[in-house]
Amino acid sequence: MKPNTIIILGLLAIGAALVLLPFVWLISVSFKPHAEIFTTNVTLLPHQITLTNYWKALTQTDIPRYLLNGVIVTGSILILQLAVTVPCSYAMAHRNFPGRSLLFGGVVAALLVPFHVTAIPIFIGLAEVKLLNSYTALILPFAATAFGLFLLRQAFAQIPSDIIDAARVDGMSEMVIAWRIGFPLCAPTVIAFSIFSVTAHWNDLFWPLIATTDPSLATPPRGILFFRDEESGDDVGPLMAGAALITAPLVIGFLLAQKRFIQGLANTGLKK
Amino acid sequence: MKTSLSLNNVTKRFGDVEAVKNISISLHEGEFVALLGASGCGKSTSLRLLAGLEKPSEGQIFLGDKDVTGKSPAERNIALMFQSYALYPHLTVFQNIAIPLRMRQLSAIQRLPGYGLLSSSIRQKHNEISDRVKQMAEMLRLSTLLDRKPGQLSGGQQQRVALARALVRKPSAFLLDEPLSNLDTQLRSETRDEIRSIHKRTNYPFLLVTHDQSDAFSMADNVAVMIDGEIAQFASPKDIFCKPATISVARFIGQHRMNILPAGAAVSLHPAGGQLSLGVRPEELIISTAGTLEATIESLIFHGEETIVNLVGPKQQKLRVVVHSSNELPNTGENVKLSADLNALHAFDADGYRKELTS
Repeated sequence: MKPNTIIILGLLAIGAALVLLPFVWLISVSFKPHAEIFTTNVTLLPHQITLTNYWKALTQTDIPRYLLNGVIVTGSILILQLAVTVPCSYAMAHRNFPGRSLLFGGVVAALLVPFHVTAIPIFIGLAEVKLLNSYTALILPFAATAFGLFLLRQAFAQIPSDIIDAARVDGMSEMVIAWRIGFPLCAPTVIAFSIFSVTAHWNDLFWPLIATTDPSLATPPRGILFFRDEESGDDVGPLMAGAALITAPLVIGFLLAQKRFIQGLANTGLKK
Repeated sequence: MKTSLSLNNVTKRFGDVEAVKNISISLHEGEFVALLGASGCGKSTSLRLLAGLEKPSEGQIFLGDKDVTGKSPAERNIALMFQSYALYPHLTVFQNIAIPLRMRQLSAIQRLPGYGLLSSSIRQKHNEISDRVKQMAEMLRLSTLLDRKPGQLSGGQQQRVALARALVRKPSAFLLDEPLSNLDTQLRSETRDEIRSIHKRTNYPFLLVTHDQSDAFSMADNVAVMIDGEIAQFASPKDIFCKPATISVARFIGQHRMNILPAGAAVSLHPAGGQLSLGVRPEELIISTAGTLEATIESLIFHGEETIVNLVGPKQQKLRVVVHSSNELPNTGENVKLSADLNALHAFDADGYRKELTS
């Protein structure tokens, strides 16, 4: 190996270690017995592996409830987003109507606006219709997504217009074309978008913190806060186990879909 | 003959551009018509108007005696084969061919998988569709390929799938958009024969859109030559070649561009050339000592069996003669005399319309 390569690999390794360290520590602590956590010397690996922390996190806390909420909220958001985004992006890519480019320009402009800007009007609106502190408040604001519209419109635009015309001649309605032709042909992009969406909303703390106060509605990150505030105190072990449980679904999901995810991004030529 | 599909005084504008200018064309039962034109002449737009993929700016479209101007492609039951075949890449050959029938005969709920288990009449319909698809596949030699995806097929096979998908619905008319342009020479002539034999067998009205005159002439009963959004001539292939109606048709048709001598200079070929422009195809202009038109040879271009001779006439007009390469070839710079038979001459008046010559 050339010295250059060694230096580059060394730097990358240090970077990777820095990023991974908190996760390794989290996993390590979650497997340590209570007595071993609060010691004066740092040991990376537990001397004695125990699953008590996980057992406690699953049975004596509300973490299963938080996980369930996470599944309900992210799942509903994704389904709604696809139900809105697929027909809309199809229309923006393959139908002619007045103001089409203006609309697409609006979508691109909306990409630049962070959610925090619109959060307050949405909060006030939901408060007016008395929907705060409900699943609706957690789900509805995300039903339309500029990022999804943009990503899928680009993917739909790649479908040759001959195929769309052929489908029209074959008797498909516009909605059927969007779902039966466009959707399967854009599957890699749809999967990439789904991963983005699920990751973003599973990990989102900001909006659940604002829109809900009821612990039984808490999504996983919000739940961790309740857990830390009320129960854990010095009980770090179950807290770490809980955090590991909450992160695990995303990591596993990502590993399973890794190939398609990268394929989807490569197809759109878009990086985030 | 019954008219099955017609455009009546149809105009199509895109913004300020008139792509199709007030054209009328009708397609009869059992007739094979070719729409021939250079690219950008509006022939594809005409096809899309007939299919219902574009709405005309003015004029009407009739299917039989029904006005279908505002109707969708599916309501017109017209089959359209695209230049790119436009097969659905995610569906198998069987599913591709079955789509038009499924969309026509089954409702959205009935198309759901497993619905056939609930109702025997739906099961019956599924079986009918499947039989019809297999029959089409048989006819186009696709039976062994039904489970493949279009990406696993050769170009010729993809084309046959596109033909099967178009014909499976028993269409009111069959429109073909440049069906041969993606094929190599060998496959081209096979497909030409295939399309002609399908036309003979099915007797649907066929409309072929092409820029290739040999495709149009060899397959169609009648050819409409389209120039700049207008139909310049509608006639049998032989008439279009032998009696071009206008000077622009004369220029467009033929393997080599026709020589046109403007009125005045043309008098050296025929006395009528004083008032009329005269056209002669390069194949029919003969280098002979008995000729009456003088010209100087500028260059010779060897093309295998034939050689193209470029000449300059007495008034600096460019002329072209095609000779068999086996003949004795003249030399560059040589002065020669040219002649043409009376029936090889095409005369046009000042407005570009054909005039018959009398000897």
